[in-house]
Amino acid sequence: MSGVIDLWPGRASVHAAQVDTLLSGFTALIIALSVPVFALIVVFAVRYRRGKPADRTHPMNRNVWLEVSWAVVPFLLIIGFFVWSLMLFVDLHRPPADAVQIDVVAKRWMWKFQHPGGQREIDELHVPVGTAVKLVMTSQDVIHSLFIPALRVKQDVLPGRYTTLWFTADRAGRYALACAEFCGTDHSTMRGTFVALSKADFARWLAESDTDMTLAAAGAEIFRSRGCSGCHGPAATVHAPPLEGLYGKPVPLQGGEVATADDQYIRDSILLPQSQIAAGYPPIMPTFRNILDEEQVAKLLAYIKSLATESPKEPR
Amino acid sequence: MTVSRSAPDDRSIEMGAGISEKTVAETAEERISYLRAGHTLRSWFFTTDHKRIALLYLVSVTFFFFIGGAAAALMRADLLTPEGDLLSNEGYNRAFTLHGVIMVWFFLIPSIPNVFGNFLLPLMIGARDLAFPRLNLISWYVYMVGGLFTVFILITGGVDTGWTFYTPLSSMFANGNVVLAATAIFVVGFSSIMTGLNFIVTVHTLRAPGMTWGRLPLFVWSHYATSIILVLATPVLTISLVLIAAERLFGIGIFDPALGGDPLLYQHLFWFYSHPAVYIMVLPALGVTSELVAAAARKPVFGYWFVAASSIAIALVGFLVWGHHMFVSGQSMYASAVFSFLSLVVAVPSGIKVYNWTATLYKGHISLDPPFLFAMGFIGLFVVGGLTGLILAMLAVDVHVHDTYFVVAHFHYIMVGGTVSAFFGALHYWWPKITGRRYSIVWGSLSAVFIFLGFNLTFFPQFLLGYLGMPRRYHVYDPGFQVLHVLSSAGATILGVAYLLPFAYLFYSLRNGEPAGPNPWGATGLEWTVASPPPKHNFETIPVVTRPPYDYEIEQESDAG
Repeated sequence: MSGVIDLWPGRASVHAAQVDTLLSGFTALIIALSVPVFALIVVFAVRYRRGKPADRTHPMNRNVWLEVSWAVVPFLLIIGFFVWSLMLFVDLHRPPADAVQIDVVAKRWMWKFQHPGGQREIDELHVPVGTAVKLVMTSQDVIHSLFIPALRVKQDVLPGRYTTLWFTADRAGRYALACAEFCGTDHSTMRGTFVALSKADFARWLAESDTDMTLAAAGAEIFRSRGCSGCHGPAATVHAPPLEGLYGKPVPLQGGEVATADDQYIRDSILLPQSQIAAGYPPIMPTFRNILDEEQVAKLLAYIKSLATESPKEPR
Repeated sequence: MTVSRSAPDDRSIEMGAGISEKTVAETAEERISYLRAGHTLRSWFFTTDHKRIALLYLVSVTFFFFIGGAAAALMRADLLTPEGDLLSNEGYNRAFTLHGVIMVWFFLIPSIPNVFGNFLLPLMIGARDLAFPRLNLISWYVYMVGGLFTVFILITGGVDTGWTFYTPLSSMFANGNVVLAATAIFVVGFSSIMTGLNFIVTVHTLRAPGMTWGRLPLFVWSHYATSIILVLATPVLTISLVLIAAERLFGIGIFDPALGGDPLLYQHLFWFYSHPAVYIMVLPALGVTSELVAAAARKPVFGYWFVAASSIAIALVGFLVWGHHMFVSGQSMYASAVFSFLSLVVAVPSGIKVYNWTATLYKGHISLDPPFLFAMGFIGLFVVGGLTGLILAMLAVDVHVHDTYFVVAHFHYIMVGGTVSAFFGALHYWWPKITGRRYSIVWGSLSAVFIFLGFNLTFFPQFLLGYLGMPRRYHVYDPGFQVLHVLSSAGATILGVAYLLPFAYLFYSLRNGEPAGPNPWGATGLEWTVASPPPKHNFETIPVVTRPPYDYEIEQESDAG
């Protein structure tokens, strides 16, 4: 930090600047609403102090129109800011389709990140500026919350489900990253660094980072070594749903409902296979809950996603 | 005088709950003050007199206030350095959990209702006691059993989940005395329910003749609204705690996804209670402030019906805003939008109260005695707390400041700046009624000013810390935050001294204060028509009310210059 006390945290995105503008405008409004109260209390306390002569004729004890006006007018002004903030909030929930996905697994007390190219890092997150990045996050134990103050964003990270957070950083630099949801003993040490790099620097960083294979390739490796291919692979004899072209498509379920084959559905199908059974298949898939951790599941997901453009093989 | 005394009639004899028959001999006894009616321990610990039970509560909540305050002092000392040299990580977590649990359930929730509500509700509506005097005594014992559990937890090492007990941390991972803490809160919840029920029945059935709903003091309206929340919300908390214990003890999967549960379900249940609980803490304070402002200005509260109805509106709408604690939890975006909107709606009745209090002062006869100073301090801090609450209701801003010091500062402005200031205001306003003695106006004014200044120095820097990105519940932090933390700790020192100050001069007044007389402030209200301290059964004959509340016209005419 530069000064003794900085009033604004560093800004690393357009969204951060918009949130700051919203806050400044809204603060101006609430000051305008409250200053008359503070000023009048002081003025009245001085002017109408007990024992002091003053014009006290015709004191008002009620005035419905006055009361309705000071209930309604501030409310309408505030509603304007509500709409503005709602629009920014909706943006946060609508990641662009071409966003680069980074998988995040939180566990007491560290942050693990996996890039699509297979690069992995702990408590440091490198991203390129000017590129939309989507974090798909889950927790291995309790609830955590990924907080990047310079982007003015935060999202809880839950066990058993995926939550997402997206942003476009526009200023290179090193910024704080922290867990904001109390997660036990060493909560306040669950901190890290958010590093926004220029595109060239980021490409260099990716190249220098140790990686044997891409995330999808690592997923294909698990797919074979853990025996998934025995049923879902092309040579399998078991009647199991084909995974080619599956990702993002509707899946008819036993019982008539239709699920979408998104990250959550595929994760649950691996770890909690009995919760949603695809129509027309016997419920024989075993759970991999005690075999695979969340990072491995993320790799498998990357592999299954990479099959999305392939066409299903002959039904088995 | 707002009251004319009538001869005893059949009705007045029936009114006194708990005293079924009244004989001539007892009438003489009634004139003895409630403090002198019996000197044995038994006469205190088995009393059914609402005024004595109020004093039992006053001593107990003060005890817990200082235990909770000691935990806060430890935390503020620890936060002086970014490394957190004083406490271990575990020790810090236990300190803030204890601070939260004790302050919320053993101080803030019972503070004003169980002390001043208990003491004043019957006096204000012209009754001889609450509707169920024995239930009132039981509720104190239940509170103490819960309190003893808490003290036991304290001795045996504490609990480290935060007062929110979020799952699955609390149910599967935390290593402190979670089940014991849940039991303590479970038990104290029943005390809340009993008190709420007692107040509701009392207001409905024991109002003196002529004490119509439109003549109820606003203090009574706000306690009525509080009681509705106590009775409707507390059982939900009780259920949630039982579910946590079931998961922790027996591994029944309710909240932990590894057992097939849903962690967000707990947050919905918890905040369905705990957001209304914020209004349990602040509504009584709003009622106190209405009384203090009217008495200080010697004027009726501006817009009585708006102020009374706003208490009820806060109690009802307050049940519909819990999701604003969950904007970044993974809750649906559409749900968040609705909860954000409703959170702005619930601010409207609070705004009405503040504007109406200000209007009450217009053309008043304003006294700057300690109760008024505390009331003004309350309004100032409550306004800052309320308006920063609106900032938190703004979705895009909340995403940034949620779970940071901004939130910590906001709710301390409401609960400590607001409720504790009102608690001290009530103590200074009704102390002469409760004890029969006057205290030093100079010292009272000083403590009001120091509490206001110390509070702001403690908590205003925390708004800045929060926006800068300092997460709450952090024991070690980025060194860039240290200056603001040191300011905050310095303020806490002033605040701590200011909270201790009233002890000295109030205790001194018990022996050395001048007798107060029945109505030292020249205020309206039935409590000021009886002796100070009031006689054991409050009213020799049940009063008949013939005038509206806050009827200061007579005095106004006499000194309108």
